[in-house]
Amino acid sequence: MIFLSSPHQHSGNSIQLTMFSVIIALIPAAMVSVYLYGWLAVFLLTTCIGMSLLTEYVVLRMMKRDTARLWDGSAALTGLFLALVLPAAVPWWIAVFAAVFAILLGKQLYGGLGYNLFNPALAARVVLLISFPLYMTSWLIPMHMGAMLDMYDFSSSLSFFFLGPDAVKQTWDAITMATPLGYVKTELTQGVTVGEALANYQYSTLNAFIGREAGSLGEGSALALLMGGIWLMARHTISWHIPVSYLLTVAVFAGIFNLINPDVYAPPLFHLLAGGLILCAFFMATDPVSSPSSGIGKIVFGVGCGVLTWVIRTYGNYPEGAMFAVILMNCITPLIDYYIRPRVYGYKRGKQA
Amino acid sequence: MFKLFDMLKGLGEQLHLKPQHSFTGGVHPQEMKKTAGLPSMTCPLPKQIILPMKQHIGDACEPMVKVGDYVLRGQQIAKSQGYLSVPVHASTSGTVTKIEDHVIAHPSGLGLPCIFIEPDGKDEADESLYPLPNYRSIDPVELRERVRSAGLAGLGGAAFPTFIKLVLDQQYKIETVVLNGIECEPWLTNDHQLMLEKAHEIVTGMDILMHMVDSNQGIIAIEDNKMDTVDVMQRTLVDMGLDASIRIEVLPTKYPQGGEKQLIQVLTGKEVPAGRLPIHIGILSQNVGTTKAIYDAVCLGEALTERMITVSGDALPQPTNMRVRLGTPVAWLLEQCGLSDADGIKVLHGGPMMGDILTDMRIPVVKASNGILAMRVVTLMLAHHQEDPCIRCGDCGDVCPAGLMPNLLAMHCKEEQFEKAEDYNLFDCIECGACSYVCPSHIPLVHYFRFGKGQVAQIRREKSFAEESRQRSEIRDARIAQELA
Repeated sequence: MIFLSSPHQHSGNSIQLTMFSVIIALIPAAMVSVYLYGWLAVFLLTTCIGMSLLTEYVVLRMMKRDTARLWDGSAALTGLFLALVLPAAVPWWIAVFAAVFAILLGKQLYGGLGYNLFNPALAARVVLLISFPLYMTSWLIPMHMGAMLDMYDFSSSLSFFFLGPDAVKQTWDAITMATPLGYVKTELTQGVTVGEALANYQYSTLNAFIGREAGSLGEGSALALLMGGIWLMARHTISWHIPVSYLLTVAVFAGIFNLINPDVYAPPLFHLLAGGLILCAFFMATDPVSSPSSGIGKIVFGVGCGVLTWVIRTYGNYPEGAMFAVILMNCITPLIDYYIRPRVYGYKRGKQA
Repeated sequence: MFKLFDMLKGLGEQLHLKPQHSFTGGVHPQEMKKTAGLPSMTCPLPKQIILPMKQHIGDACEPMVKVGDYVLRGQQIAKSQGYLSVPVHASTSGTVTKIEDHVIAHPSGLGLPCIFIEPDGKDEADESLYPLPNYRSIDPVELRERVRSAGLAGLGGAAFPTFIKLVLDQQYKIETVVLNGIECEPWLTNDHQLMLEKAHEIVTGMDILMHMVDSNQGIIAIEDNKMDTVDVMQRTLVDMGLDASIRIEVLPTKYPQGGEKQLIQVLTGKEVPAGRLPIHIGILSQNVGTTKAIYDAVCLGEALTERMITVSGDALPQPTNMRVRLGTPVAWLLEQCGLSDADGIKVLHGGPMMGDILTDMRIPVVKASNGILAMRVVTLMLAHHQEDPCIRCGDCGDVCPAGLMPNLLAMHCKEEQFEKAEDYNLFDCIECGACSYVCPSHIPLVHYFRFGKGQVAQIRREKSFAEESRQRSEIRDARIAQELA
């Protein structure tokens, strides 16, 4: 045993501890997803986590790395993230493809943990959205217990998961619905105002907060996500910089434009609770590897995510922009780290002594 | 409304609820101050005293004695070579047995010339330095020379020659004298104990400093984990009638608050500009141990031959605070505290955050030795876990008191991209170790910074050497050309 230089005392923090804290923080959201989508959520969660771990193991073996790294929790976390950003309607092969893509191309080809440019789960999510738009934009009606597809019935869910809607003799239309974001976007193109669209949708802020709106598995409940996110902030696993600056930016942008024209621009609270914003702000954008290191860099990152999210939601082709925003900001993380540094002790800003 | 706010603020300050300033970053390591409040004991004279010729930052000294000479306690036995240097004194009476290289407390494990003294047990004192009890009527220049000739170097751990900080130049007027009683390193309690036992001497030493630099504002800075010393110091200030000019600041415990730059920031809100010294913003700061040594040197006429050391660690049966003669081998010290078997034990010189692991038990304690910690290897292994890849969490940057980005800095040092490392302010790192302490990947960041600093220094030396050679060659060519013409 060679002892390098000081310090000779350590806080006891470790990668494992960090990763498992995030996993624990996501348990409420995962539980809500099981409540909303029954066995389908269970299948997706186990497939994504299992395949992530398997891929990680195979790659570690192939690259002759220490397979004990499998238990650092990062692959399991990627699998969990992935499941939470997938719609409940995706069949098994998409889940498998996504998990293999996330670990193999999203993470290991860059050099493994710590070297990936993008958040692996989000990268996989974006690839799926572009490659399989039908599956990725079909949102099952939460808590659906129809005659043919009962999400709380094991065998019915299993055949749906493996064979798709045909197996349960359903058309997509009968079991899916639009997300609030998607609905408002389509209605706006028809000349309907935001207020009318929300009324038609029977949108309720409380529902969106507790989590009964259609969406990806883990996006449902802002409440569950906030519980986990605030717990992570309290124990300093994530810092406040990104979530606060991200959410604040979205709220400010949405607020300003909503004041200008409430018929065209949705209100800030709607934006905050809709889609994957809270999940992205607390869990995706704060992925340490693909976000800036310094506090001030993180704020810039968060503001950038916020602006992009709002812009994509409002003017883009896709109704939801949160994950595109995070992926785009991931690209410029190295630039942020290079140009935006904290002020060093004894220097004025701009580096003169 | 504003009045109410000011009132509340004043109340808060009175109750020490919230300090006016803080330093960025910092950590709260487990304190482990087992020896807090334990009365100090005197370490018996060892069988051999080993005095290194360099116990301070700066130039090494040259021996003034020969083998076989009889020396007295406090007698100067080595003289300074160069300005940044202080002399070395015999720490007890006895015979010089040899002068040769010996391992010292330095991470390289390399040796340095040392004078070996065999104590005769009489401990006779040299009286060439006469006491100056009426220091207020003595010229600061003379006092400064006394501080130098008594061999004083910073006893907080850095061992910077003390007299150099005592700038009497009118160009830089020192307004505030800061007494650093922070002692933020875990385990260490030597300053704590010294303040409890030698409050009068420390305050007098501070008064000497304030007389020398002609300042009438003194601050004693103590962390709130040592409230007992606050009482003692406050009483001493009142007894000596100095409570008007010197005040005590109680600061919330945080590592590395005892770092000079951080302490100044906390007390004044000012930062020492990069590449400059505290005197440039009118501040002189001294450690409590050094201040007590100033008292000894001036009022008692005693050279620096002894210091307070915390001897502790989780492998030590009887941890304690000890007054130890300089040059006492570490093995002797540990033996006094009941440690006989050194299997499975590593000994730290200094605190766990900034100290070094000793390579040899025969290494003597020096002016910089504030603690000797016998630690179980298993305990140290927890801190020196295998290095995992960096996950860029940025915790290191959050705790860095210098405002650096340690993860990127370490990456550039590791990849030997030293220009980039310098661009990321490599040389503004104070090596406090807060970054390595929090790193979830157990990356030895400070180790990479030291490596980087060493390599950059080497490159600079080589560059200046090449430049000199080039100039010499050009001069020679010019001369030959002239001769031919």
